[in-house]
This record gives sequence, C-alpha cells and structure tokens, in this order.
Amino acid sequence: MNFDKEYDASGLSCPLPIVKTKKALNDMASGQVLKVLATDPGSVCDMAAFAEQTGNALLEQGSENNKFVFYLKKA
Amino acid sequence: MAKKMALIATKGTLDMAYPPFILASTAAALGWEVQIFFTFYGLQLLRKNLKSIKISPLANPAMPMPVPMPVFVQMLPGMESMATMMMKQKMKSKGVASLTELRDLCQEAEVKFVACQMTVDLFEFKKSDFIDNIEYGGAATFMKFAGESDVCLFI
Repeated sequence: MNFDKEYDASGLSCPLPIVKTKKALNDMASGQVLKVLATDPGSVCDMAAFAEQTGNALLEQGSENNKFVFYLKKA
Repeated sequence: MAKKMALIATKGTLDMAYPPFILASTAAALGWEVQIFFTFYGLQLLRKNLKSIKISPLANPAMPMPVPMPVFVQMLPGMESMATMMMKQKMKSKGVASLTELRDLCQEAEVKFVACQMTVDLFEFKKSDFIDNIEYGGAATFMKFAGESDVCLFI
C-alpha cells in the first residue's frame, strides 16, 4: 500500500504507540496515509480504538517481519 | 464537542503515578479534553524533580520480586531505592515511558494540571517546587470540570 509517511513505534509500550502516532499525524494533511510499525501486541486493539474515536480511517493492518503494521488515513 | 475526562491523582508512588499520566496522554491523543486534579501525595507528581517518586516492596506482597524476600529484609535501609532502581531498569528495557516523558507528553497535548491549594499549603510546598503551567484551585474548581465530564476517576 502507498503511504506518505512512516512512523516506527517498535519497542515502545502503552501508551506511547498511540500517543506518538497521534503526534506523527499532526503535521500531515487530510487524506494522507501514515504507516505505523509496532511491536506492542496491545497496539492491535488500541490502534483500532484510536481510529474509531478519532475518525482517522484504519485502511489496513497486518504484520511484516514480526512487527504489526497499520495504515491510517488522516481524517 | 470533545469528550472530557476528569482525574484525581492522590498517590505519590511510582506504580500509582503511571495511571493518571497514561490515561491523560491517551485521552488527549484521542482528542479528549483532560484535567487532572493533584491532591495529597499526588502533588509529588507535579514537582520539577521526580526523584522522590519511589516504589516500596514493603506491604506490597503482589510486587513480583526476582528472589523471594522476607519482610524483615525489605525493611532494611536502601531497599526502597534498590527496588525503585530495579523497577525503572525493567521499565526501560520494556519500552515503558519514564514519568517525566509521559508528563511532558500530557502538557504538550494541553492536559490541564490543577494542584490542590489546600494540600500545597498543608505540606508547605512552594510554587517554585512545581513545574510551570499548572493551576492552583480547590474542590469547587474540580467539580466544575468533573460535572461536565464523560469519564471521572479517582486514582
């Protein structure tokens, strides 16, 4: 999937993957796609909850080289 | 309209210092408006220097220890500092944010910190002991925001 920016939250624990994902989205334009990498297993549920509550669409999620991968489209 | 969360932070130990900052920084990232009212030992969380925030193995039987330790050993001088040092090392190795980092993230995300004036006076703290950009108020200040909140927790 194409993306405009990547943020690597590998090694970080709750709540940093979410808080820092929000910060990474701050300087992006509406409609742009952010790719997030994470190793925290809790981020799977958390990223979905973040997307639902903020309106940033979770386009796709999966795994890549033993990491969780998320694609968020900025609202 | 943004959702609101009102927290009361009353504890000054390392383990109890995390929940208010974790919830507040997360809620702020979700676009919530957040206010934390710091009272009694929770005031320690507003000090410039967070070195006094420690964890004690004493009277804390649920705390996982690397080796079983009888209570009379836990009472010895230096045990508290040692337990704190070990806990901080473990947190760092697991990618858990430091308290200072979480607190900074909260302030950056415009979480409002309110220090309880009554307990500031009770413990004879000076405003210079605390970080900048905090407010001082009482129960009525808290109730005003808490009354409009969607989530309200006492920690």
